Amino acid sequence: MSVMTTTAGIQRFWRRSILEPLTIIWRNKRAFAGFLILLFFFLMATVGPEVIPLDMKSRYAERFQPPSRAHVLGTDYAGRDVWALIVHGSRDVLFVAFLAALFTIAIGVTVGMLAGLRGGMTDTLLMILTNAILTVPSFPVMLIIGSVLEVRNAITFGAVLSIWAWGGLARATRSQVLSLKEREFIEAARVLGLGTFHIIFKELLPNIMPYVTISFLTTMRGAITASVGLMLLGLMPFSAKNWGMMMNMAMMQSGAIYLPYALSYVLAPMGAIVLLQLGAVFFASGLDEVLDPRLRAT
Amino acid sequence: MITIAKRVGVALITIFLIATLTFFLVRKTPGDVMQAWAMDIVETYSMTYEDALAFVKSMYSYDPDQPVLEQYIAYISGLLRGDLGQSFIYKVSVNEVIAQALPWTVFVTSISLLLSFGIGMLLGMIIAWKRKTILDPIVTAYASFTGATPDYVTALVLLIIFSINLHIFPLKGAYDAVVPVGFTWPFIKSVLWHAALPITAYTFESAAGWALAMKGSAVSVLGEDYIMAARARGLKEGRIMTRYMGRNALLPMITGLAIALGSMVGGSVLIETIFAYPGIGWFFGEALIKRDFGMLQGLFLFLATAVIFANLAADLLYTRLDPRIKLEG
Repeated sequence: MSVMTTTAGIQRFWRRSILEPLTIIWRNKRAFAGFLILLFFFLMATVGPEVIPLDMKSRYAERFQPPSRAHVLGTDYAGRDVWALIVHGSRDVLFVAFLAALFTIAIGVTVGMLAGLRGGMTDTLLMILTNAILTVPSFPVMLIIGSVLEVRNAITFGAVLSIWAWGGLARATRSQVLSLKEREFIEAARVLGLGTFHIIFKELLPNIMPYVTISFLTTMRGAITASVGLMLLGLMPFSAKNWGMMMNMAMMQSGAIYLPYALSYVLAPMGAIVLLQLGAVFFASGLDEVLDPRLRAT
Repeated sequence: MITIAKRVGVALITIFLIATLTFFLVRKTPGDVMQAWAMDIVETYSMTYEDALAFVKSMYSYDPDQPVLEQYIAYISGLLRGDLGQSFIYKVSVNEVIAQALPWTVFVTSISLLLSFGIGMLLGMIIAWKRKTILDPIVTAYASFTGATPDYVTALVLLIIFSINLHIFPLKGAYDAVVPVGFTWPFIKSVLWHAALPITAYTFESAAGWALAMKGSAVSVLGEDYIMAARARGLKEGRIMTRYMGRNALLPMITGLAIALGSMVGGSVLIETIFAYPGIGWFFGEALIKRDFGMLQGLFLFLATAVIFANLAADLLYTRLDPRIKLEG
């Protein structure tokens, strides 16, 4: 009996959580294209570095080569293969963005929940803070924090990227909590004497999960743009393989942007960012539909 | 009246908090920065460490051994007098740098803001009015593309195409050094020529976003009775589109202006660095690279204050223009 319910459970999980979302994504061509692009970058960041070797040794005789059979995207200022650099850099870019999104969501949801549930003075103070975060442009703040803290690893970098990025999420979580708070099922949980802990994790969180999932993707996009921008300015040089570092070397250090035959080296990291971002934009449009049944057309 | 005072109060408190925060953030480190710089000098000029540190301290225009509270009080009372502080490295005040750089930033961002706003409003109005034309999917695709492209990538691509390879626009600066400064045609032409690429970069990045926002707003207005009444009165299409739909859809866009200004100011560090355009963003980037924290905190506080007041102004203006909206809180 129990075996049967387990298999039924697995089947239901398979159908609800994997098959149905995939079908919806498959039907929406834009979202499917986005899904393929993201899958490509995911594989690039996870398996890519194991499959494609990167030789960091300098060979000045082979510098700034145009694309060829040996070097699909040409070579950089030290004769290294640009394609291999892009592949190895993707792991860095995505990992930092993933951490940044994780931190941002954690802070934003906590602040929003606190403000929404507690109300009163807590709410007022947290919302003043949130408004300050939302009005003051985040990029200069990240630049200052990044230059003050010595960023040496992905975790601190992720923290720098998230510290001024959670405002929108906190405000949206708060307004969702405020509207959910008045609904019957929360009222029922209260009357049943279920604790705040239960109400937050079992009642509120599942209801704001769709929004949080979409936000995760948007936050990661923002973190990618910001992290590469910070590196472009030559800040936080903790990894030589990051795309932003490649752009910094191409633009400010090696003078590659002035060399017509080094064009593939200059354009490769930019193309990678734009393609990755485009994939995320397309995929998000389909994800909306997966998570919000009201958007599904018949 | 009370709500306005409250808003202004919150804005002032925010500015004060930002000032305090940056002060302590920045004050935490110069010691390390000085030591790092001194080590640099030791390595390059083979000085003793003590000599190098003394040299670095003399280069920095403040004394890190003074008690922090004293420094903080001096800084805040300076701010109240409108003094944004000193550069740690050069013998200039932040105010002087702002006086020199601000006109360029204001010039470029205000033109970009107006241009992208105008183009966006027009496009948004047209695609809301005439759906099922080819323009709608084009604008949507353009919006996805610019949404995916960071502003600095757009700026770099423009620089590579038009300055480096085609030699149409200059590589750096705000005007030609050989043209005498003055209200003359050659000077104005030179200024416009140098500003062309930064303006294009900002405008290209934000026009599509405006168009989509305007389309959304305009579509929601389309169902209103006054549109139908205007149709029934037999008014010309163009007149209904611009005067009846456009004007009413325009209102909610005004709060967006402050947000757009904020993102332009935030992006200006990279854009102005890429085009070597001597505005606030460029000086900010320079101060970052040189770790000139005195300059950095002054410039940042100035930018933050400007954006906070722009938001406040947009809020107040919006409530003035639309009597249905009341300020909350």
